Amino acid sequence: MAEFLQITLSGLATGSIYALAAIGFTLLWQASQTINFAQGEFVMLPAFFVLIGMHVLGLPLFVAMLFALLLSLILLGAMFKKLVIEPMLPHGTLPIVMATIALGILMKESVKEFYSAEAQPFPALVSDRTVDIFGASVSFQDIANLAISLLVVVALQFFLNGTRTGRCMQATAQNPGVAEILGVNIKRMVLYTFLINAALATVASFLISPIYLAKFSNGEPIGLVAFIAAIVGGFNQIRGALVGGLLIGVVDNLAASYVSAQYRAAVPLLLLIVIILVRPQGIMGKAEGRTV
Amino acid sequence: MPLRNLILLLLGIAALIAAPLGQGNYVIYVLCSWLIFSIAAMGLNLTLGYAGQVSLAQAAFMGIGAYTSALLTMAGWHWILAAPAAMALCFVIGLLLGYPALRVQHHFLAFVTLAFNTLVFLVLRNEEWLTGGSLGLVGIMRPSFLGFDTMPQIHFYYFTLVVFLIVAALFWGLVRSPWGRAFRALRENPIRANSLGVDIRRMTLLAFAIGSSLGGLAGALAAPLVQFIDPPAFSLVHSLKILLMVVVGGSGYFFGPILGAGLVIVMPEFLRFTEGYYLMIYAATVLVLMIFCPTGLIGLGKRIAGRFKGQRVRADLKQGAQL
Repeated sequence: MAEFLQITLSGLATGSIYALAAIGFTLLWQASQTINFAQGEFVMLPAFFVLIGMHVLGLPLFVAMLFALLLSLILLGAMFKKLVIEPMLPHGTLPIVMATIALGILMKESVKEFYSAEAQPFPALVSDRTVDIFGASVSFQDIANLAISLLVVVALQFFLNGTRTGRCMQATAQNPGVAEILGVNIKRMVLYTFLINAALATVASFLISPIYLAKFSNGEPIGLVAFIAAIVGGFNQIRGALVGGLLIGVVDNLAASYVSAQYRAAVPLLLLIVIILVRPQGIMGKAEGRTV
Repeated sequence: MPLRNLILLLLGIAALIAAPLGQGNYVIYVLCSWLIFSIAAMGLNLTLGYAGQVSLAQAAFMGIGAYTSALLTMAGWHWILAAPAAMALCFVIGLLLGYPALRVQHHFLAFVTLAFNTLVFLVLRNEEWLTGGSLGLVGIMRPSFLGFDTMPQIHFYYFTLVVFLIVAALFWGLVRSPWGRAFRALRENPIRANSLGVDIRRMTLLAFAIGSSLGGLAGALAAPLVQFIDPPAFSLVHSLKILLMVVVGGSGYFFGPILGAGLVIVMPEFLRFTEGYYLMIYAATVLVLMIFCPTGLIGLGKRIAGRFKGQRVRADLKQGAQL
């Protein structure tokens, strides 16, 4: 039982980080029909911004993190929207899919060539001591990760539902045409969405890099999991992405311990296929109107 | 077919026949893999360019085809029987995979095939009793036909070329048949196609399954070419690579995937001097191409040609074109 609890809790902690990436993914989809295949690389990159800040510019950790956040907002938020997505929007989804795949490869290879191909240690934000909860030993790091992620999600939820800007963003996502008629500056709202996505990816990067180390190839598994989490939870719901992320984190951990380490990666994929078969709108999602 | 196109076609085939003459083994190998990937990309083009569904599992189907044909030929079957068996298996798996995914519109086939590709990779790697695990299968024999042994590289090239030409001819016929027209109608306007009596789901499923079986055929050719197969050769990255071939060349155009495959296969050879920067240059090129010309190279060519020639318009649509 203690073992089960321990596995579940650490699964929740990792899952909450996946959820951050998955929420960003969902937001982009809602705001601009962008399926961002580079989402994993978006999570991989900010860790290297921090490392550059610390080792090249000699900044202390927290300043370097602010530096990384700023850089991510500019590069992964504003520039990504302006230079990559915007010119392609009129041409439908497929060119965007291809372009984000290419962007992901570009980011991955750039880090490999210009920084390092080796996994880099990344400073942890909290001590790695463990605490006893009902016989399960849980690390402070896991608890902090879970707490920070949930805090970010709650803050985001509050921003989207409780503030004027947030409501304008929701309106833009639901029906850009009507939103514009009602006086919402939809271009700005879409830009905000991209900035929020960049910020979420940056937070996810800070939380996950101490665990998995910062490595150029980290993006692929993270991106895949975020992708699955978003669909399993419900593609059109932020809550869905949260539930999906947590679920995948736990299921992944349980499968690794109880089913088979070899087929560990297969379990979330099977979950994805089952969800698409049984409940295509996702666990939390609302069914969307079908084209035909 | 106008005479000019017929001459161009014959010249093209002659060029393909002459291409490997006097070349080293490695160049012929690159040419073979170009033809093989062209077949896989043509299959994906049917799914993507004609029926308008994104499949991210073409490499997985190549893998299934390669392993099936390799295991069968190693068990004593002739390639001429093993390859259709591999294609049939891919066709059936395509039906089983596509049926539920196409229940829901949107991009669900993309998601399901993405998961499927990773699953196939895991099965190939973990089921050692059948697939040899991460060591792969070694010692796949090249077939011989009535005394024509494909063991020499150049013989294998001509064998691949014959298969490629047969597939291309059938494909050409297919996209001009009522089925092919139905596929295109689906891509352009599914609701209208449906109202004209095209069963959307069945047609899309059919396009996906046929496209997948062409992937299987490409795999059945790739196995004897390299004479060694292992799981990483059929991972998700390669599916993305095949998708890239179709989109970069021009999806929905007959020659698009062939051109795209050539570019994706041959470009690394030209960019070899850049060493580690190759993938970066490559990715940046795709990014720029997608931003400035989302219809791919053939679309770009048409646009440039259109600028010189002016748009040609059907007589009865002249008025509309001027709007």
